[in-house]
Amino acid sequence: MQYMLVFSEGQDAFDRRNDPEKAGPYWGAWTAYARAVAEAGIVVSGAGLQPPATATHVTVRDGKRHVQDGPFADAKEHLGGFFVIDVPDLDAALEWAARSPAASYGRVEVRPTLPPPPMPA
Amino acid sequence: MSAGSAATEPRAAAELAARTSYGRLLAYLAREWRDVAAAEDALAEAFAQALAAWPGAGVPDHPEAWLLTVARRGLMRAGRRARTAERLRPVAELLDEERGAAEPSGSIPDERLRLMFVCAHPAIDEAARTPLMLQTVLGLDAARIASAFLVAPTAMGQRLVRAKTKIRDAGIAFRIPEPEDLPERLDAVLQAIYAAFGTGWDAITGTDTARADLAGEAIWLARVLVSLMPDEPEASGLLALMLHAEARREARVADGSFVPLGQQDVGLWRHDMTAEAEMHLRRAASAARPGRFQIEAAIQSVHAERARTGRTNWPAIAGLYDLLVTLAPTAGARVARAAAIGEARGPAAGLAALEAADAPDNYQPYWAVRAHLLSGSGDLQAAREAYERAAGLTADQRVRAFLLARRDRT
Repeated sequence: MQYMLVFSEGQDAFDRRNDPEKAGPYWGAWTAYARAVAEAGIVVSGAGLQPPATATHVTVRDGKRHVQDGPFADAKEHLGGFFVIDVPDLDAALEWAARSPAASYGRVEVRPTLPPPPMPA
Repeated sequence: MSAGSAATEPRAAAELAARTSYGRLLAYLAREWRDVAAAEDALAEAFAQALAAWPGAGVPDHPEAWLLTVARRGLMRAGRRARTAERLRPVAELLDEERGAAEPSGSIPDERLRLMFVCAHPAIDEAARTPLMLQTVLGLDAARIASAFLVAPTAMGQRLVRAKTKIRDAGIAFRIPEPEDLPERLDAVLQAIYAAFGTGWDAITGTDTARADLAGEAIWLARVLVSLMPDEPEASGLLALMLHAEARREARVADGSFVPLGQQDVGLWRHDMTAEAEMHLRRAASAARPGRFQIEAAIQSVHAERARTGRTNWPAIAGLYDLLVTLAPTAGARVARAAAIGEARGPAAGLAALEAADAPDNYQPYWAVRAHLLSGSGDLQAAREAYERAAGLTADQRVRAFLLARRDRT
């Protein structure tokens, strides 16, 4: 089964990415985790994301397009990255979620993916 | 139980009764009614009534007997509603047989051992055994159990419900196994208790990553078991093993950082716990029936000697692991044996043993031990890679930071 691991991080975590004293441990932990996931051969896809300040969001209402700066929610935590992994069951997905650095300082949401839509013949 | 005498405050009295006698009451009711789930519901209702009634009426002289009576009344009502007359007939006989013994003295027969054997019965899903024991014998709530085992709460709830339905519908008996079955059945009970303590205990680096945050509860269960089966050396061995490990809890973290066993400040070890562990291990050894848990406790006992001698006797530890892997050939034991061989006879011998250990994929202790042995053998590039892999596989951020720091120093 495929599961998406959604890593949510607070602003302090995004700040650590560029802090000369804290960036090393931050990226070291993520690199080690990402390599371990890759070595396990379970990665379907995944990426880390630039901080929320780089986000732009779009809505279309009544044919009119609205484009705005920033993430769409004033949440305390923001999406920092994700993996889609292929593992036998939820317990295995939770184990990989717990190993992520975000589990210790942010949170990780684990969700099964939908099967792909049927392709036209 | 002397819960009544100390209890001036009704809520405190109810909580004390819950803590000290939940398992006893539940075990007794579950055996009497042969239905764990119904007994749990009735007991929960009885505790709720106690919280409502005791503040006004005062705490009864025998709180346990009070709770038992109220719970039984609830079970009778539920039983009438369910019209389970056939099931109640043997129960009525049991009631007649045991009521006389149970109530006048105010002491309730201790059926917790039978309940433990039911929870760890081979017919019960192995993944449900430990959670079931924690819930029924100690009264832990399902959400906390689910978190400790890294399982979704709804999934854990379903697992527990299925197990209780199976006990009732399959008619699993509340009895102590026959002597010929006892060793195997007792082993299932011990394994279930140890699973609550945490499975990733690794003697060399101390990377107890799978530690399930229920150590205190596991020790409580083992104490109950030892008190109920004082002549079973493996029960005492398990208790000794867990006490040894628990004695080092404070020493495992210094200034927020993880400290491996070999570098721990022995002054921070709980010597009262170590002494208690030694007492249980000696008592177990006097039976002259060695087993897996006694040997693991003996390994921890050798580690504990460092507090007295200032050094670790690695050849002795390696020898004990040789014995352990013949009795309990688990991946954890084989990997820890390789680590001990590495200390006793050098990194090359350790690496050879590690490669022969046949550890599962993505097994964190394998990578931690491999990194340590490779750095000892001078293969620094491979050691750094193994440290990083071990860091990527741990769920403990202190261990992760420790391993990455090791990588950077290698």
